[in-house]
Amino acid sequence: MSFIEIRDVKFRYPQTERDALDGVSLNIKKGEYVSVIGHNGSGKSTLARLMNGLLLPTKGEVVVDGFSTAEKQSLFEIRKRVGVVFQNPDNQLIASIVEDDIAFGPENLGVPRKEIGERIDFALKAVGMEEYRKSTPTRLSGGQKQRIAIAGVLAIRPEMLVLDESTAMLDPKGRKEVTSVVEKLNRENGMTVLTITHYMDEVCRADRVIVLSDGKIVMEGTPEEIFSREEELKKYELDVPVPTLIADKLRAGGMALGRIYDKERLGEKLCGSLRKI
Amino acid sequence: MKDVAFGQYYPAESFVHKMDPRVKIVLSIAYIVAVFLVREFYFLGFAAAFLFILLTTLFARVPFLKVLKSIKAILFFVVFSSILQVLFNREGTVLAKWWVIEITNVGLLRAAHISLRIVLIVMGTALLTLTTTPVEIADGIESLLTPLKWVKFPVHAFALIMSIALRFIPTLMDETDRIINAQKARGADFESGNIFKRIKALIPILIPLLISSFRRADELGDAMDARCYSGAKGRTKYKKMRLTYRDFIGFLLTAGLIVGIVFLNGVLGVAV
Repeated sequence: MSFIEIRDVKFRYPQTERDALDGVSLNIKKGEYVSVIGHNGSGKSTLARLMNGLLLPTKGEVVVDGFSTAEKQSLFEIRKRVGVVFQNPDNQLIASIVEDDIAFGPENLGVPRKEIGERIDFALKAVGMEEYRKSTPTRLSGGQKQRIAIAGVLAIRPEMLVLDESTAMLDPKGRKEVTSVVEKLNRENGMTVLTITHYMDEVCRADRVIVLSDGKIVMEGTPEEIFSREEELKKYELDVPVPTLIADKLRAGGMALGRIYDKERLGEKLCGSLRKI
Repeated sequence: MKDVAFGQYYPAESFVHKMDPRVKIVLSIAYIVAVFLVREFYFLGFAAAFLFILLTTLFARVPFLKVLKSIKAILFFVVFSSILQVLFNREGTVLAKWWVIEITNVGLLRAAHISLRIVLIVMGTALLTLTTTPVEIADGIESLLTPLKWVKFPVHAFALIMSIALRFIPTLMDETDRIINAQKARGADFESGNIFKRIKALIPILIPLLISSFRRADELGDAMDARCYSGAKGRTKYKKMRLTYRDFIGFLLTAGLIVGIVFLNGVLGVAV
């Protein structure tokens, strides 16, 4: 059964001429890892804000675990289930001390004091930041701040995590930190994940990739399927990841390589074929 | 610059650091009142207040130099008001006279009195901020303002605004630096010209800063909504402040100071 059902959603921002989302339908199952990619203005961030009722569809419906975002009184239940991490870590941390910030969500839910402490422990452990509990966010790196933002969402104990370009402002190291935390949550805790990004190499871990262009879903499939349609991707102003390109060129030159979409696999394959020589 | 969130906080695990921030705020106010209670020219009261500061500094394990440094910021003000008192106060007996200026004994004494009062008050409040983080102070103020809920004052919102403001000071300072550098790279000149020119040069900094602050506020609002924020109703609090024996001792010592000052207000005053 689908955890989230997006049924033929249209969305238009006030005072604009064009639909930001133009008839999008999407189902996400529990435990699934879905990535949405698309160039700027494709409507991907709008999609994220529809997931927890920050924006309401102009037409169509978003149903989360049986609750429709259109009903005001179910928004609280929806936001308990769907945690959203945004792009800029600086603009989503509300307290000057890490543990106070993580406590913000549970406090809003009215969780008893003792349990808040436990949830902070759990959330900090999940993002690997236990030793920063009493630290102040401004002293942390971008990647660390974003992990604290994730911890702040995890403390609400959501069933689904939506990352709205949460790596866009980070350096490569920070991006890696965040993506590996998210992957771990999906694999080990069975967290349903939706990542929204324009970095192609981040989508290769997903079970399913959705390509958005001008407010419409134009491609959908496993990362392998999507990356093999290079010409089509170019049409939507998206690039195939560099490792895939290298592998394609090598294959064209006569090297026996399968489809490759991440640099680790490319490394392995290349080392393997070197040994054969 | 980045550590504004901690203010001039001096981290230590001391008796005073562990006191309840609410109590520290109340006692600081009581201390200020005590210093104001010192009767004119009964300087022993100030000596008592100074002793109190020394004792608290000792308990707080803060280097005394740190407390003294707090005076630096108001030194100009102290010197300036003293000079005014000395030069223009015409009460009491004249000790020296030159042109329109008369130096009187009351003028000298009052200058000393006012200077000591300001210096002691600043030292006292410095001890509060040295031993208490701004966050604790904000929490303490929130808790102290709780009774105002009865007159419909939005205490929770007020406290949240304070703590978010504290949280964003370093972020906005970084941003200001970035904007200044960006404008400098485009040839902006902030260092030359008269005062009006310089103020005008600030406009290209303030406007981007203002616009980006609004954007930040918007995103912060979304992030708070996403984390189930719905006002004070049904909210719990993770951090709870608790009174301990330390706060009780603090109360006693401060009460002792006030009683002492009232008593010393009749002892060994300088007669004029």
